[in-house]
Amino acid sequence: MADRGTVPLRLHQLPDQCWATVSDVMVPPNGADRDLVLRLVELGFVPGERVRIVAEGFHGREPMAVRVGHTTFALRRHEASFILVEPHP
Amino acid sequence: MTQAVHHPGRIALLGNPNCGKTALFNLLTGSRQKVANYAGVTVERKEGTLRTPAGRSVKVLDLPGAYSLNALSNDEAVTRDVITGHSSEALPDLLVCVVDATNLRLHLRMVLEARRLGIPLVVALNKMDRAEKLGITIDVKSLAQHLGIPVVPTVSIGTRGARALEDHLDRPVPARGSSTWAAQGIEEVRQTQQEVLRIFRATVKEPAVDADPSERIDRIMMHPFWGLLVLGIILFVTFVSVFSIGGWLTGYVEGAFAWLGGLVEGAMEDGLLRGLVVEGIIGGAGGVFVFLPQILILFFFILALEDSGYLPRAAFLLDKPMSRAGLSGRSFIPLLSSFACAIPGIMATRTITNWRDRLTTIMIAPLMACSARIPVYTLIIAALFPGQPLLATLLMIGLYALGIVSAMSVAWVMKRSRATHERSSLLMELPSYQWPDPRSLIIGLWERAMIFLRRVGTIILALTIIMWALYTIPSPRTHAQGTPIERSLAGEIGHALQYVFAPIGFNEHISIALVPGMAAREVVVSSLGMVYAMEGDEDEVGSQLQARIATEWSLGTKLSLLLWIVFAPQCLSTFVTVKRETNSWKYMWIMGGYLFALAYLASLVTYQLTNFLTAA
Repeated sequence: MADRGTVPLRLHQLPDQCWATVSDVMVPPNGADRDLVLRLVELGFVPGERVRIVAEGFHGREPMAVRVGHTTFALRRHEASFILVEPHP
Repeated sequence: MTQAVHHPGRIALLGNPNCGKTALFNLLTGSRQKVANYAGVTVERKEGTLRTPAGRSVKVLDLPGAYSLNALSNDEAVTRDVITGHSSEALPDLLVCVVDATNLRLHLRMVLEARRLGIPLVVALNKMDRAEKLGITIDVKSLAQHLGIPVVPTVSIGTRGARALEDHLDRPVPARGSSTWAAQGIEEVRQTQQEVLRIFRATVKEPAVDADPSERIDRIMMHPFWGLLVLGIILFVTFVSVFSIGGWLTGYVEGAFAWLGGLVEGAMEDGLLRGLVVEGIIGGAGGVFVFLPQILILFFFILALEDSGYLPRAAFLLDKPMSRAGLSGRSFIPLLSSFACAIPGIMATRTITNWRDRLTTIMIAPLMACSARIPVYTLIIAALFPGQPLLATLLMIGLYALGIVSAMSVAWVMKRSRATHERSSLLMELPSYQWPDPRSLIIGLWERAMIFLRRVGTIILALTIIMWALYTIPSPRTHAQGTPIERSLAGEIGHALQYVFAPIGFNEHISIALVPGMAAREVVVSSLGMVYAMEGDEDEVGSQLQARIATEWSLGTKLSLLLWIVFAPQCLSTFVTVKRETNSWKYMWIMGGYLFALAYLASLVTYQLTNFLTAA
C-alpha cells in the first residue's frame, strides 16, 4: 500500500456527502474478495477518481450509495472497505 | 475459412447493463424476436432479425449485459463464452459494442476489452440525444481514431435512431482475426483504466456542473425516511391499480367468455361434446383468462419502474431490512414480480449472483400472493363479510401481509441453518433516471402475456378437460343416492381425500375442487362452481357460489381454506420452474414439502381453534 503523507480513510468511513479522491484499492489474497475488488476496479474505483457517498441506510450506514465518475453504485460497508480515499478539505 | 472481406450476416450486441442495449435491440428487430434459453443454462437468449437499408437480412443476438468478461454472474459467463468461442453458438461476424454516451467513463473499458477478441467491432454510441441534453459533447471522429474502430451514434428511443448503425451493416467487414483475449489481473485492469481515462479526456467535453438530475432526485428517493415513504406510495398505487383497473377489465373478459359460451351452447346440440366445449374448454379457459388484466397491469408498473431506473433504488432502501431475514436488496425485484406470478419472479432471481441468496429467494417466491389467489380470496372474503367492504379490504391486506411475513420468516430460518456465514454481496449499479421506453414496455408486456397464455393453452386447459371428465364419468361403484357429482369419479376422489382434509375442515366439495387446484390454483373457483353443479355464466356462478359458501361452510372452514390458499404449493408450473432454475429435483421437493406442511399446519390450527372458540 503506497500511502503518501496523510493517512487515507477507508471509503466506508468517509462522511456522508463529502467528496474524496481514491488513493488506492487494497487487494486481498482471498478468492471471493479478490474477485470483488477486481470488479470494483473495473467499475472505475481507480486512484485519482473522485467519489462521494450520496445516500446511506438509516441504521449503521448500510448499505451506502457511492458516486464515482458518472455512476452511482450501491455497496455494502464490507465492499466499500477495500477502497482507500483522501477526503477533500 | 476465407480471409475475404464480406457482409455481416450475424451480429451480436455487447454492452454493460443499463447501456440501453435491449432498447436498441428492440428498435433494430421490432417484433421479429425469438426468446429462448442458452443451451444448458437458464440465461435468456434473445435473437431477432433486421433488414438493412440495402435489403439484406441480418441476425441480431442480444447478449446478456456484462460489466466485464471476467464473469461474476451466469449472465456474464454466457456472454464471455459466446464471444470467446467457448459455447455452441457460432461466433458473430460483427460485434456491436453498445456504450452509453452519457457514461463513457464506465463503458469504454468494455470496448478496449472487446478489441482483443479478434472479432470485427463497431461501437454504437447510444443515448446520444441524452448526452446532448446534458451538455456533453463527444468528438466522434477522434474517438474512432483513438479506439481504432468505427463509432456510430445511436438513439434507441424513437424510430430512426439506429439508421447510422443499419447503414454500417451494409458495409463489408474484415474476416475475424485471432483472439488475444485472456482474463485480466488487477494490474492489467488498472492499466486499461488509465487508457480509458486518456481516451475519455481527449474526446469528451463535459459541462462544469453535472446536469443529470438523478443526484437531486435521489436526495428524496434514497432518503432513509422520505425514500421509504415514496416507495410505500408507489407500491400502494401499483396494487390499487391492479385491483381497481384490473378488476374493471376482468369484468369485460368474463363477459366475453360468457358470450362465447352462450354462442357455442346455442349452436351445438345438447350432449357430452357440448358440455366439454362450453363448461370444460370455454369455461376453464375463461376462468383463467380473467387474471390476464391484473397480471399485465402489475407487470406494466414493474417494467416501467425498472426501465426508469427506480427499482434498484427500491432494492437499496430495502436491503437492510431484508438482510435481517438473510436476503439482500437484490431479492426485492424477483419477489415483487412474484405478486403477479411466481414463475417470472423465480426467473428474475437469475440476477442474484450469490447462489444461497438466490436459492432462498426461489424458495420463498411462492409465498408472495400471486394474482391467481385473488379470486379465491375474493370469493371467501365476500362470503365472510358480505356488504362490509372495509373489513373485506383489511382481511385481504392481512392475507398479503401474512404471505410476506411468512416468507421473511422462512428466509430467516434458511439463513440460520446455513453451515457457513459467508458475506452476501450487494454491489449494484443505480443507473441515471430516464423515461421508460414505450416500445420496450410493450414488447416486455407482450412476452409476459405469451408466457401466461402458453400456460393457459397447455397445463390449465388439459387440467380442465381432465376434471370435466372426472366429474362426468360415473364411478364404477354404484351408489343408490347422491348428486351426479357425488356419484362421479371425482366424487370418489373427494371422498377418499376426506381422510386428509376433514381435520382441517374441508368438506368433500372443497376436497374435490382442490385436486385440480393442486396443479393450478386458478381453477379452484371454477372447480368449486362445477362441484356445486351450477350452470350459467361465470358471474352467476360467482354470486350463487358465494351465497352457498356463506350459509353452508362454517367460519372455521372459511378461515382454514383462506390460510390453505396462502401457503399451499398449488401450482404445477412453479414446481417445473423451480426444478429448471435450481437444476435439482431435491429443491423442488423441499419447496413443495415445506409449503404443504405450513399450509396443513396453519389450516389445522385455524380450524380447530375457531371451532373451539365458537363452541365456547
